[in-house]
Amino acid sequence: MAAPSFIRAGYVPLLDSAVLIVAAHMGFAEERGITLSLQREMSWATIRDRIGVGQFDCAHMLAPMPIAANLGLGPLPVRMLAPMVLALGGNGVVVSKAVAERMDAAGPADYEAAPASAGRAFADVLRKRAEAGEPPLRLAVVHPHSSHNYDLRYWLAVSGVVPERDVEITVVPPSLMPDALASGGIDGFCAGEPWGTIAVRQSAGRIVTSRAEIWRRGPEKVLGVTQSFASDNPEALTRLIQALADAADWCANLENFDSLAKLLASPDRLGVDPATLLPGLTGRLETASGRTREIPDFMVFSGQGATRPDPEHGRWLYRQMARWRDAPLSEAGTRIAGETFDPALFDAAMGSTGAEGAAVAGERPAGLFDAKG
Amino acid sequence: MAQPLNILLVDDNGLRASIIQDGLQDAGHSNVSIVTTVAGLVKRIEMLKPDVIVVDLENPNRDQLEHFFQVSRAVKRPMAMFVDRSDTAEIEAAIEAGVSAYVVDGLKKERIKPILEMAISRFNAVNRLTRELAEAKSELADRKVIDRAKGILMKAKNIDEAAAYKLLRRTAMNENRRIGEVAAGLVSAYTLLGDE
Repeated sequence: MAAPSFIRAGYVPLLDSAVLIVAAHMGFAEERGITLSLQREMSWATIRDRIGVGQFDCAHMLAPMPIAANLGLGPLPVRMLAPMVLALGGNGVVVSKAVAERMDAAGPADYEAAPASAGRAFADVLRKRAEAGEPPLRLAVVHPHSSHNYDLRYWLAVSGVVPERDVEITVVPPSLMPDALASGGIDGFCAGEPWGTIAVRQSAGRIVTSRAEIWRRGPEKVLGVTQSFASDNPEALTRLIQALADAADWCANLENFDSLAKLLASPDRLGVDPATLLPGLTGRLETASGRTREIPDFMVFSGQGATRPDPEHGRWLYRQMARWRDAPLSEAGTRIAGETFDPALFDAAMGSTGAEGAAVAGERPAGLFDAKG
Repeated sequence: MAQPLNILLVDDNGLRASIIQDGLQDAGHSNVSIVTTVAGLVKRIEMLKPDVIVVDLENPNRDQLEHFFQVSRAVKRPMAMFVDRSDTAEIEAAIEAGVSAYVVDGLKKERIKPILEMAISRFNAVNRLTRELAEAKSELADRKVIDRAKGILMKAKNIDEAAAYKLLRRTAMNENRRIGEVAAGLVSAYTLLGDE
């Protein structure tokens, strides 16, 4: 047998880095003849830079990041592919206790049950603050080119809130969100688990809606691969996709949740209490002290084509980037975004054809909370 | 004569930051500030209006900083990373060393390059020191655990110190492991059995 392929990958310590960590540490990469060398990074900027100079072959990436690289945005853009989706959903929208109390007053009582009613309650709070001459609230996301940012803005806009005018949107690293919320530095945030759960457990805030409810089964993290690695190592990439698919199936099996939480929680990975990872895995979110809520598809690693990239999703993310002025809108850009999420490599590796035909080439992907009909 | 450059070092490793600061000051840069804590970072930047910002790559606040550079009205001049996109070798060296830099647009390359080079070489020197320190520490720890393992073997097998050491070394060679690892394994097994 040939020597195992050595693949260098970066990740940011979040619950949705699970598939890469499991592939590297539970033998799935080895079984496919791959030595997967993982390196933890504390910012998306550093992931981008190490990819940019070729120190990583691939990385755990925010879904819009490879698109941004292909559009030439940012300091070291290189050609990239997103041949596999590593996780869907997984983010909570958390507001401070003070904001939550005002939302409670705005009602209705069960506003959390749907993003539309949560959005109305939040918009009502903003309106009352503006009438009273109070400064706009400040919400934080983890990166401009992130589904956190775009989904949060989408939810706000549908709820009648104008981001930047009615509410300030800033960037804070995920691990600092709970403290920033507790100290009043921010009034709310959208971040991946376990940071929503940790904020709730620290009594800093409350989860009022989630990514999975705003856009159900929307791609959250992808495997970003440099075009040069993909072209030079097609065989290794095929085996990597297969290994990650095996790992994703393992991560999605609820019998493994406890071991998965323990594996991820260690100090050299996420460095958190394993108990804080379970709500995200099971989808039974602790939304406030003593309150839990079951959120369907809160976080999805595998199943029903979850891991297969969808060009329509790429184009939708690009339109969100353009909508919020992170990129100019053009036909070329739309094409580039679709090509970034090309499922050809995935299909070749997995022998799948995906749900072609089911995805109508429409303006909007399936699963948005304000979908008509 | 050009205006002196305002340089800001953002690094939670205060020692490393002051080593770079010393180097820059020796090179004639007197306006070098250091920020080691997250708190108030953005305010400090607004106040200092730096021309060059050097940030360590491990810093979790890089995403926040980049966003701030993009949207801030307080820091009017756009900030670009590194000196020049075309200078690949320099960029690679910087990332290898673990350092990133943001430079006010429009500054001359010749003025920035020595600053970045200084940061890279001092980052590398600190990395080397840290590595050597870690190695020295693990050597010391090895020596301690080897002494304990020897003591355990001497008592259990009723042999002298030299024989105990030989036994450890032979096991290490046979199993292709470091002698410190073998000793640590022995000590933890012994502790587990509760004889101590």
